[in-house]
Amino acid sequence: MIPAIGLALGILIGLLLQPAVPVWLQPYLPIAVIAALDAVFGAVRAILDGIFSDKVFVVSFLSNVVVAAFIVFLGDKLGVGSQLSTGVVVVLGVRIFSNVASIRRHLFDA
Amino acid sequence: MTAERRGSPPQDARHAWARLRRAGAPTPSRSNLLAMLLAVALGFAIIAQVRQTSVQGLETLREDELVRIFADVDQDGERLGDEVRELQTSLERLESRSTSEEEAQRAAQERVDALGVLAGTAPATGPGIVLRIEDPTQQVRFTVLLDAIQELRDAGAEAIQVGDVRVVAGTWLEDTTDGISVSGSLVQPPYVIRAIGDANTLAGAMQIPGGVTATVRRVGAQADVEIVDRVEVDALLTVTTPQYARPVPSTP
Repeated sequence: MIPAIGLALGILIGLLLQPAVPVWLQPYLPIAVIAALDAVFGAVRAILDGIFSDKVFVVSFLSNVVVAAFIVFLGDKLGVGSQLSTGVVVVLGVRIFSNVASIRRHLFDA
Repeated sequence: MTAERRGSPPQDARHAWARLRRAGAPTPSRSNLLAMLLAVALGFAIIAQVRQTSVQGLETLREDELVRIFADVDQDGERLGDEVRELQTSLERLESRSTSEEEAQRAAQERVDALGVLAGTAPATGPGIVLRIEDPTQQVRFTVLLDAIQELRDAGAEAIQVGDVRVVAGTWLEDTTDGISVSGSLVQPPYVIRAIGDANTLAGAMQIPGGVTATVRRVGAQADVEIVDRVEVDALLTVTTPQYARPVPSTP
């Protein structure tokens, strides 16, 4: 419940402040957001599996974000930024889907 | 594991919901606070990114994307340039066509006006003379009028009217007991001939020795020539389509 409130609060703050993304962050933010979503869904799944740990969540969240941003950064430097971004999004998307499928199985047994 | 879970669905699902509720319950711990902070950051980042995407300009794009966009714009520009040239050409063509059509129309109108005056289908006005022949004793024959018309034409009259009858190419004259028939219309004395042309030349042509006025006087009638600034030749003729004569087709 607390994280859900936090998410809503973040969205509200974002809507109120209308932030502009700094230029140096612009290529990385979308990937970082996807990675964070992956961590969140992974955490929910872990809760349902009964193996959730706050520490693991925080670490996985941060590492996901950092690694995703780093991969994009590296891809940009190597000249394959857009392809690598696509790859990261695909991998994270697959993971999010599998996590959501697991959560669904837990909650709705279907 | 999946099979086991499927074996007891209701209890397990309820169990899962309960577990989720338990996990969501506010437990004041450092990690929980950190998780909430991360959630806030995530929400904030999502909104920031959504806003950014909706207002995204060119500066966030990568080099290859910019090259692609540039090529697209270039191609578009060329295509539109071609279109502009094409449309300009057709505009010029249409404009020149409409000008030449206007000119043709004007020329045709001028011809219609000129031919109308010539054929007697259009009223004419201009400087000229009015010849008035007083003939109370009916001594003037049609030949006198014919001479007068002939002299007027010779002097360059452009439009002539005898009484209320326009004089054109097909006009004929005949003596009758009551007066003179001009193309079948009876004209009675006094005969009034109106002619448009160079007034002085026309007047001179009427008054030459042995000319029209002299002839009229000799038969005992009175002829009067008046120079007028604006002579109205307003008698009209309806044009009938020739029954036998056909225009010779012009060879190209």
